[in-house]
Amino acid sequence: MNRFPAWKYALIGVTIAAALLFTLPNFFGEAPAVQVSSNKATVKVDAALLGRLEQVLKARQIATTGVLLDLHGLRIRVADSDTQLKAKDLIEKTLNPDPQNPEYVVALNLLSSSPAWLTAVHALPMYLGLDLRGGVHFLLQVDMQAALVKRLESFAGDLRTGLREKNIRHAGIAREGQTLRLRFRDAKTRDEANSAIGQLIPVLTLAKREDGQDFMIVATLKPEALKNEQDLAVKQNIVTLHRRVNQLGVAEPVIQQQGIDRIVVQLPGVQDPAKAKDILGRTATLEVRLVDGEAMRSGSSFNVDVFPERKRDGSVSAVPVKKQILVTGDQFIGASATFDNDQRPAVSVELNETAGRVMRQATRENLKHLMAIILIEKGKGEAISVATIQGEFGSRFQITGSFTPTETNDLSLLIRAGSLAAPMEIIEERTVGPSLGKENIEKGFNATKWGFVAIVVFMSAYYTLFGVFSSIALGVNLLFLVALLSLLQATLTLPGIAAIALTLGMAIDANVLINERIREEIRGGQSPQAAIAAGYERAWGTILDSNVTTLIAGLSLLIFGSGPVRGFAVVHCLGILTSIFSSVVVSRAIVNLTYGHRRKIAHLAIGDTGWK
Amino acid sequence: MEFFKIRRVIPFMRHALVFNIISLATFAAAVFFLAYNGLHFSVEFTGGTLVEVNYKDAAKVEAIRETLDKAGLKGEVQNFGSSRDVLIRLPVVKGQSTADVSQKVTALLKTEDATAEVRRVEFVGPQVGEELAEYGALALLVTAVGIVIYLWIRFEWRFGLAAIIANLHDVIIILGFFALFQWEFSLPVLAAVLAVLGYSVNESVVVFDRVRENFRKMRKASVPEVIDSAITGVISRTIITHACTQAMATTMLLFGGPALHYFALALTIGICFGIYSSVLVASPLVMWLGVDRAQFVHAPKKNPLDDKNEGAVV
Repeated sequence: MNRFPAWKYALIGVTIAAALLFTLPNFFGEAPAVQVSSNKATVKVDAALLGRLEQVLKARQIATTGVLLDLHGLRIRVADSDTQLKAKDLIEKTLNPDPQNPEYVVALNLLSSSPAWLTAVHALPMYLGLDLRGGVHFLLQVDMQAALVKRLESFAGDLRTGLREKNIRHAGIAREGQTLRLRFRDAKTRDEANSAIGQLIPVLTLAKREDGQDFMIVATLKPEALKNEQDLAVKQNIVTLHRRVNQLGVAEPVIQQQGIDRIVVQLPGVQDPAKAKDILGRTATLEVRLVDGEAMRSGSSFNVDVFPERKRDGSVSAVPVKKQILVTGDQFIGASATFDNDQRPAVSVELNETAGRVMRQATRENLKHLMAIILIEKGKGEAISVATIQGEFGSRFQITGSFTPTETNDLSLLIRAGSLAAPMEIIEERTVGPSLGKENIEKGFNATKWGFVAIVVFMSAYYTLFGVFSSIALGVNLLFLVALLSLLQATLTLPGIAAIALTLGMAIDANVLINERIREEIRGGQSPQAAIAAGYERAWGTILDSNVTTLIAGLSLLIFGSGPVRGFAVVHCLGILTSIFSSVVVSRAIVNLTYGHRRKIAHLAIGDTGWK
Repeated sequence: MEFFKIRRVIPFMRHALVFNIISLATFAAAVFFLAYNGLHFSVEFTGGTLVEVNYKDAAKVEAIRETLDKAGLKGEVQNFGSSRDVLIRLPVVKGQSTADVSQKVTALLKTEDATAEVRRVEFVGPQVGEELAEYGALALLVTAVGIVIYLWIRFEWRFGLAAIIANLHDVIIILGFFALFQWEFSLPVLAAVLAVLGYSVNESVVVFDRVRENFRKMRKASVPEVIDSAITGVISRTIITHACTQAMATTMLLFGGPALHYFALALTIGICFGIYSSVLVASPLVMWLGVDRAQFVHAPKKNPLDDKNEGAVV
C-alpha cells in the first residue's frame, strides 16, 4: 500500500532535477559587465555593432569573458572591475565621439556569471528588488485633468474653424471644466451645428440645452475617447521618460504604467536621486522652422541657427534654419504613424488652430522649400525631420519620405516626446543605498538560514527518521520556491525573503500533522504500513483546508497590496503551493522508498510511540 | 522523543467561559489602547519623508534636529538600529513642494558633517498614503469574508463564523500591542498581520477537522466531550507547529535587523495569541453557536418513492 508506481518516482525526480537546474544560476554570483544600449530611436544595437566592439576591444587587448545581445541591449562581461572601467571608457570613446550628444548609453552593470548553457535555457538568477541591490524608485502621477483640458481647448479651436468654414454662426464657444459649451442665437442654427459637430469631431457626446435666451450645445468627451486620451497621455510620458532615463546611463531601468494614470520608474544602482529627479522632471520642446536654403548651399552660418540632423545611413549633417519659429511644441495636438494615399508609411501630424493658420501662410509662401522639425532637450536641438513642402496645408499634414513603418513610428514618438506631455508629479520615492541593500540580503539570508537549521534540528530529534524525511521535504520546498522565483523572474525584495522564512516555518505544519497522525495510528494499534497510509490520507484533508485559508489571505494581499506587501504576497502564495507538493508528495515518496518495499517492519523510526 | 504523553482527555470546555473572559478582557484592553493611543503609522500611510542617515561616528541627534529646525523642517529625529544610524521623519506640510524635501535634508546634513551617508529615502505623497490605508483595510475585509465563505462551504457556517471571530480578535490584539508600545505600523507589518490571520485560521481548521471526525466516530459523546477530545488529540501538533513557526519568527527578530524587526514582532504576537484564540476561543464559540452531530452525520436518506408529495405539481 505504500508504494508509488515507478512513473511517480520518476516524475518527482524530474521535478527536483528541473528545480535544481533553475536554482543553479543563483550560486554563480555576478561578474562585472559593460552594457550598451541605444539612446536614440534611430540608433540600433545589433550584431554589427557587437562585431565592431569586439574588434576594438581585441585591438586594445581587453579580454572579455562573454557577450550577450538581447532586448536590453548588448552586454559584455569582463573578468574584474578594473577591466570593466577600462572597457567602459574605451567603448564610450568609440561609440560616443561627441560626449555632448551621446548616441549610445554605456553603463556599468552586473551580469550573472553562470555558464552560457544555463542562460540559454533561460535559467537566470532571481531578480533582486531595489531594496536588495540599491537604487531609486519613483512613482509619478500624470495630471490627467491638465491633459484633458488641453485636448478640449484644442477641440474648441477646431470647432471655431470648422463652424466658420460651414458658415454656421455661433455666439461663443467656451470650455467649462471638462465640458465645452457652444452658444447659438436660435434653435435652427443649433441643430445645423449639432450635425456638423457630429461629423467634425465624432468623439464628442452632444447634449442640447436652453439657457435663458441662448440655445446651447454641451459637449463632453465620450467615455471610450476619454480612456483613449488617458492612455495616450500616459504612453507619451513613458516614451519621454525612456529617453531621459537613457541619459542617466542606467543598466536596467524599469518604466511601467501602474493603474490608470501612474508610472513607476525604477533605476537600480543609481546613487544620486537628485540628478535623477532633475533629469526626469525636465521638459522637452519642439520647434518647426523653415530651412534657410541659401545658407545650406553656401554653408554660411550668418543669421541662422544650425542643428544636426541624423541621416538614415548614420551620417550627421548640419541643417541651417531661419531664426523665426513657426510652431512650438505646445501647439501640437497629435502625431501618429500612418500610411498615405499611396500606402507609403507616413507620419500624420495635427496642430491646433492658431498654428494651423501660421502653417497655411508659411507653406503657401514657401512651396518646394524645406521645413525642419527640431526637438530641443536639455537646451540642445536636433532636427528630427527635414521635409520639402509639397503643397499648402494647415493644421493637419503628413510627413512622407522613403520611410519604413518602424521609422515613421519612431518619428511620431519623437514628435510626441517633445510636445503634448501631460504634466507629471512625483508622488512616491524610495532610495536605497548599495550598502544597505547588501546588508538586507545578508540579514534576510541569515534569518532564514538559522530558522531553517533550528527546525531541522528539532524535527530530526523529535521524529527521528521521519523528522529527517520532513526536513528533506522542507529543503525541497525551499528549492522549489527559489527555482520558481528564478523561473518567473519575480522581483525578490526583503519582505519577500521574510516571506520565504515564514512560509518555511508554516510549511513544516503539514509534516507535523502527518507525523503526529502516524504516531497516533500506531498507538491505536495499527501496523506500521497501515499507519503510514492512514496518517498521510487522514492528514491530507486538514492540510488542504489549512493551506487554502492561508492562501486566501495571501491572495488578497497580492490583489490589494502594493510595493513591499506585494513582494511579500508573491513569495508567500508561491510558497504555499510548493509546500503542499513537497510536504505531501515528496515526503511520501521518501517514506515509500524507505519503508514501502519491506515485507515486515518491526518498528517505525518516528520517535516515542510506546506509551499508552 | 515525546513531550505530550496525554493519557486522558483534557476537559477544556469546562473552562470555556474562563478562556473567553480572559480573551474578552485582552480584547477590550487592545481596543482601549487603539482608541486611546492610536497606531503609530509609518510614512507609507501618513505620507511624508523618511531619511535614514549613517555617520562614521556616533550621530549627534540633538544637533541634527536643530539644523533641520533652523531650515524650517520640523520632524522626528531618532537613532535607528545603532548609535551611528539616524532616522529622520518629516510629515507632509501643506503648500510645500514635498518631493524635494529629501534633497534639502541630504544637502543640509552633508554640509554639517561630510561623513553623513544617506542609506535610504522614502517619500510618500499624501494621496498614496490614503490609498494604502484603504487597500489595507480592504485586504483585511476580503480575507475575512473569503475565509468565512470557504469554511462555510467545507464545514458549516458556525465554524466559519467562530474561526473568524476568534482570529480577528487576534488581529485586534496585535494592533493593540502596536498601539500600546507605539511601535511603527508599516506595510510589512500589515502583511504580517494578514499572514498571521490566514495562519491562525488554519489552526482552527485543524481542530474543526478533528471535531467533525470525532462527531462521526464518537456516536454517544456529548458536544463538549467531542470538542475536548478533538483539542486533546491535536494539542501536541498545535504546539510543535507553532514552535517551529515561532523559531523562524525568532531568528528574524535576532538576525533580521531593524528592517524586519516589527514584522517579526507582529508575527510573534500573532503566533502566541493564535494558539490561544484559535483553539480555546474558537471552539467554545462553535459550541455556543449550537453545533450538533446532526449537522455532520446525515440520517440515512429516505427512499424518494415513499414520499407521497414527491413529484407533485400545483
